[in-house]
Amino acid sequence: MRPVIKVCFIMTEILKANNVSKTFETKNGGRIHAVDSVSLSVPKNDFICIVGPSGCGKSTFLKIAAGLEPASSGSILFRELEIKRPDPDIGMVFQEYSLFPWLQVIDNVAAGPEFSGVKKNERLKIAERYLDMVGLLEFAHAFPNELSGGMRQRVAIARAFANDPEILLMDEPFGSLDAHTRILLQKELLRIWETHRKTILFVTHSVDEAVYLADRVVIMSARPGRIKEILDVDIDRPRSRANPLFGRLADNILQQLEQEIKGAGWGRAKLATRNKMK
Amino acid sequence: MNKKIASLLTPTIVPVVLLITWIYAAWHISNQVILPPVDNVFALLANPTENLISMGSLVSNITVSLARVLMGYLMAAVLAIPLGIIMGYYALVFRLMNTFLNIFRPIPPLAWVPLVMAWFGVASLATIFGVETGNLFVCLNNLKFSMIFIIFIGGFFPILTSSIHGVSSVSRILIDSARVLGASEFQIFYKVLLPAAMPSIINGLRIGLGISWMCLVSAEMLPGSISGVGYLITHAYTLASTDIVIAGMISIGIVGMAMDRLFYYIEIKKYSWQRLAK
Repeated sequence: MRPVIKVCFIMTEILKANNVSKTFETKNGGRIHAVDSVSLSVPKNDFICIVGPSGCGKSTFLKIAAGLEPASSGSILFRELEIKRPDPDIGMVFQEYSLFPWLQVIDNVAAGPEFSGVKKNERLKIAERYLDMVGLLEFAHAFPNELSGGMRQRVAIARAFANDPEILLMDEPFGSLDAHTRILLQKELLRIWETHRKTILFVTHSVDEAVYLADRVVIMSARPGRIKEILDVDIDRPRSRANPLFGRLADNILQQLEQEIKGAGWGRAKLATRNKMK
Repeated sequence: MNKKIASLLTPTIVPVVLLITWIYAAWHISNQVILPPVDNVFALLANPTENLISMGSLVSNITVSLARVLMGYLMAAVLAIPLGIIMGYYALVFRLMNTFLNIFRPIPPLAWVPLVMAWFGVASLATIFGVETGNLFVCLNNLKFSMIFIIFIGGFFPILTSSIHGVSSVSRILIDSARVLGASEFQIFYKVLLPAAMPSIINGLRIGLGISWMCLVSAEMLPGSISGVGYLITHAYTLASTDIVIAGMISIGIVGMAMDRLFYYIEIKKYSWQRLAK
């Protein structure tokens, strides 16, 4: 039995970040330390939310995980292999409108299979299935610009799922939506996640969103982004925002973030100017 | 109903005023060389297939001119679009080529004439294909390298500039989305950059065609030219047939306008998505 257990253990960890750091060079020769030695292990089928003050490098971390940016040091492993370039098995949903405006909705959803050479009939069938999953089958032949913001993000989610990735990275996908649409889409995402069972790494600045969605919430510090704390969300699903546990956890996270924002506003800014003068 | 009539009438007011002025001025001057009467010119335009002072008919000359323009223009498009896309995408290629090209950009196509004559003389397509007699020779000999080169120069820069602009303004998110969906570098060019930049490229193609068409007259004034609307005009001038000059000018205008309209319709038909984006 032992070896089997060991195999299971290895299999359950789909993504692993080892001491990932990222430094950007600014145009005037300065350096921005965006991510600082982040180590994180993501078990298969988990829903993990990363929250942090804006500019803390959470999106940068996601870009490294997607293979869109190289890490300055450290590495992120996907199925034990270092991520160096984008991989269709790692999907990503962006905050801004990332749909191809010249393609109809259905062709947008079929884009992933198209890139990997799936035949037209087959990929349209796949696209239909995932459009149906997000409830937008009747808009298959609309253009993205004819849809509302919420619908566009649903298409973006369908497009990411149509590629059947093992892990889905989501970079504030609901960030630009109004509160109602946002809550609706959170519910929908959970429904899809529960039926399709994917691993999701979700970046948000909304504490409420994180507590509502995640199995675990990763709190990041202000720049340079470090992991401050990882909290398990032990609230049964479907979750209710009226649950006292929900409120207590959200409050706890909010307080930690507040400390970070205050700290970043004063101490770190001074430190940065002093470093520059050196 | 009144509004409809007014909107139909408005564009005709200025031409009608011009026509009346022309009729009056021609009658007043009563010198055919300075300003021929309107009916002379319209008689020429009404019989476009009539042979004019042994220089061929309006239609045959326009056909020859069109063939030249299309040839030079297509060469410009075939070279400028891929170059523009590559320059717009790879900053290194842009830096490598931009200064070089910017030196050539302000040189009017006409300024190339002496150099072009030195290089190509009266060589034509007939020269490279080794055809020396017959109808085919007459056809191919009309396509002189010197002319095609001048037309090429006229079309090249607007197409290049708009292709660069079109590609460099493609949102980073669209390219990143394609990459995470598994697009290869070639697919990014072909399926993302090209369609995303297409409205801008089409616009450049439209301007380029206009300029190519404008370069025609100067190209057809080159030695060795014995046909084409430009030749017709300049030759008619030496024979003091001002009515043919004006008829030729009007046909150039009409053909140019028709070609521009064609592009306009392509723009509306195929790129409605862009209109929706506004």
